[in-house]
Amino acid sequence: MPAFQLRLYVAGQTQKSLAAFANLQRICETHLVGQYCIEVIDLTKTPQLAAGDQILALPTLVRRLPEPIKKIIGDLSNEERVLVGLDVQPVKA
Amino acid sequence: MRKKRTESPSLLSKAPTGIEGFDEITGGGLPAGRPTLISGSAGCGKTMLAVEFLVRGATQFAEPGVFMMFEENAAELIANVRSLGFDLEELAAQKKIALDHVHIERSEIEETGEYDLEGLFIRLGHAIDSIGAKRVVLDTVEALFAGLPNHAVLRAELRRLFHWLKDRGMTAVITGEKGEGNAITRYGLEEYVADCVIVLDQRIKEQISTRRLRVLKYRGTAHGTNEYPFLIGAHGFSVLPITSLQLDHQVSLQRVPTGIARLDEMLGGQGYFRGSSVLVSGSPGTGKSSIAAKFIETACRRGERALFFAYEESNAQIVRNMRSVGIDLERWMKKGLLEIHSSRPTLQGHEQHLVMMHDAVHAFRPAVVAVDPITNLFMTHNDAEVKPTLMRLIDFLKKEQITAVFTSLTTGGDATSAPEDSQVGVSSLMDTWLLLRNIEFNGERNRTIFVRKSRGMAHSNQVREFVMSDKGIDLVDVYLGNDRVLTGSARVAREAQERAAATLRGQDHQRKLRQLASKRKAIEAQIVALQAEAEAEAAEVHFAITQETSREKTTCQSTDATARRRGGANGATGDAKAKR
Repeated sequence: MPAFQLRLYVAGQTQKSLAAFANLQRICETHLVGQYCIEVIDLTKTPQLAAGDQILALPTLVRRLPEPIKKIIGDLSNEERVLVGLDVQPVKA
Repeated sequence: MRKKRTESPSLLSKAPTGIEGFDEITGGGLPAGRPTLISGSAGCGKTMLAVEFLVRGATQFAEPGVFMMFEENAAELIANVRSLGFDLEELAAQKKIALDHVHIERSEIEETGEYDLEGLFIRLGHAIDSIGAKRVVLDTVEALFAGLPNHAVLRAELRRLFHWLKDRGMTAVITGEKGEGNAITRYGLEEYVADCVIVLDQRIKEQISTRRLRVLKYRGTAHGTNEYPFLIGAHGFSVLPITSLQLDHQVSLQRVPTGIARLDEMLGGQGYFRGSSVLVSGSPGTGKSSIAAKFIETACRRGERALFFAYEESNAQIVRNMRSVGIDLERWMKKGLLEIHSSRPTLQGHEQHLVMMHDAVHAFRPAVVAVDPITNLFMTHNDAEVKPTLMRLIDFLKKEQITAVFTSLTTGGDATSAPEDSQVGVSSLMDTWLLLRNIEFNGERNRTIFVRKSRGMAHSNQVREFVMSDKGIDLVDVYLGNDRVLTGSARVAREAQERAAATLRGQDHQRKLRQLASKRKAIEAQIVALQAEAEAEAAEVHFAITQETSREKTTCQSTDATARRRGGANGATGDAKAKR
C-alpha cells in the first residue's frame, strides 16, 4: 500500500485539469517516488462524488492518506505550496 | 396539485411562495427564474424564510428545490426547521428537496495556482438534476468569502453562478447578512442579485420586539413598499399587510343569538348578524366579560366552536368566575368546542398577538370568537397604532365569517360622564356597540345596558337594567318614576309600592261592590214590604167592597122583602104590621 493516496478532482479535459495532472505527476515523481498513488476523478462524469470530499474549487487535490485529509486547490503550478500542502519533505534534487 | 404561475406577456412571471401575506405584497410571489436576495441581521429569519419558500414550493406548487447550505450542516437545519412543522428528512426521502452542505475549512485549503469554482456548479447541477428542481436556495453564500482567500476569483465565479442559475430557469433565493451602515449586505451581493431584494428586520420598542419585512426592490412589479410586520409561528411565516385590505368580504343575513333572550329582542328580535363585529364597552365591573362569555356559551350549545382570547384572567379564573353567573364553560372545553387562550399582553408585541390569534383561528376553525379585553392589548399604544391592527383582525375575522365579540374597558362611566367618547376611534370598526353603564342612585349602583348602535337592523333605544345572578344574566325593564330611571332596590321598592297600591284599589272595589249589594238588598226588601202593604190594602179594599156589596145586597133583599110584605099584599090579612 503506497503511503500517499492522492485524489485529483478535475472537471473534464480543460487546460487547468491537464496542467494540474501534469504538475502532479512531476511533483510525485520528484519527491514521492514509489510512495504514491494517484486517482483522477472527473466530476463531469461522476458529479455525485463531489459531495463526499467537499469539493468546491477545481482542480482540487485531496491527500487521503496519510491522515489528516488535506486539500489543495489550484492547478498545482506552485510546487512549494503543493509540498507544504501535502506535508512532504522536498527531496533535494 | 400544481398551481399555475401567474403568467402574462407584459408582466413578470412569479413563483408563488405560499407564505401567508407574502404573495399579497409581492403581487404573486418571487420572480420566477431569477435570483432574489434576502438580507437581514443575525436571527431575523432569513434561513426560515428560504426554507419555507422551498418546502411550500415542493409540497404546494410541485416545484422541487435544492437547499445548498454553507454554514449549518444538514442535520442542524433539519432540527431547526422542525419547529415550523417542516419535515425535511421526509421531503428529502421523497426526492422533493435536496440538501447539500458545502463546507469550507480555511485551514484545510492551500492555494497552489489557478482554480475556479466549477466544483460548486457541478454539485449544484447534480443536485438540481437528481430531483428536477425548479427552486434553489443558497444559504449563505457569504461563507465562501471567509473560506476562500482569493475574493476576485470568488466574485467572478459568483457572477457566473447567478447567470448560470438564470440560464437554467431556477428561481433562486440567496441569503446575506446585513452590512454595516446602509449597505444591504456585507460583501455586496446586491451587485449580482439585482432583481429582487427583501430586507428583514427585528426591532425592539419598549421591551417588545417586532419583526418586520420590507420589499426593498422588485424589478418589473408594483409591490407594496411598506414595512410589514411578520411572525414566525408554529406553521411558518405569517405576514400581515395592513394596507392591502380590501373591503370585499361577503355578508350573511343569518342571525346569531346573543344568549340573553331580552337582549336579542333589543337587537331587532334575533341577535347579531353572523360575521359581524360587536363591541361591548363599559367601566370596570359592568359585566362585559359575562356578556362575552354568555355569547360563547350559547354558541357552544348550538354545537359551534368558539375561541376565547383572554388578556386579563387565566383559564381557570374565567371558568370559576363565569360559573358564578350560571355559565358553565368547562363543559364545552371538555367537549372540545371551546378553547380559551389566555396570556399577558406584555408577553409579546401586539403584532405577535394578532398573528397568534390568526394562527389559533386557522387551527381551530371557530364560528365565534371573543377577545376580552382589547384595551389591554394596546396599553402603551395610541389610537393611531391601535386602529390599523384592530382593523386587520376584524377584517380577517369577517373574511372567515366569524362573529366576534370584543370587550373594551372605559374609564369613568357613571351616568354623568360620557364613556362613549373614549371609544370613538375603535367603534367605527364595529357593527354593533353595546354600552354598559352603572347607574348610581340612592346609595347603590346598578347595571344598565343599551344598544348604542347596531348596523343593519332595527334596534331598541331603551336602556334596560341588567341583572346577573347565579341563575344567569337577564334584562329587566327599567322603571321610570318621576322622570328618573330607577334601578335596583329603588325599582324593587317602587314595584312593591305599586303592587300594594293595586291591591289596595282592588280591596276598595270589593268593598264598594259589597256596599252596593247590601243596598240593593235593602231596597229590594223595602220593595217587598211596600208591595205587601199594597196587597194588604188591596185585600182590605176588596174586603170592604165585598162587604158593602153584600150589605147592599142584603139591604136590597130586605127592602125587597119588606116591600113585598108591605106593598103587594095589602090584603086581607092586613096584618098590619106596624109601619115601622
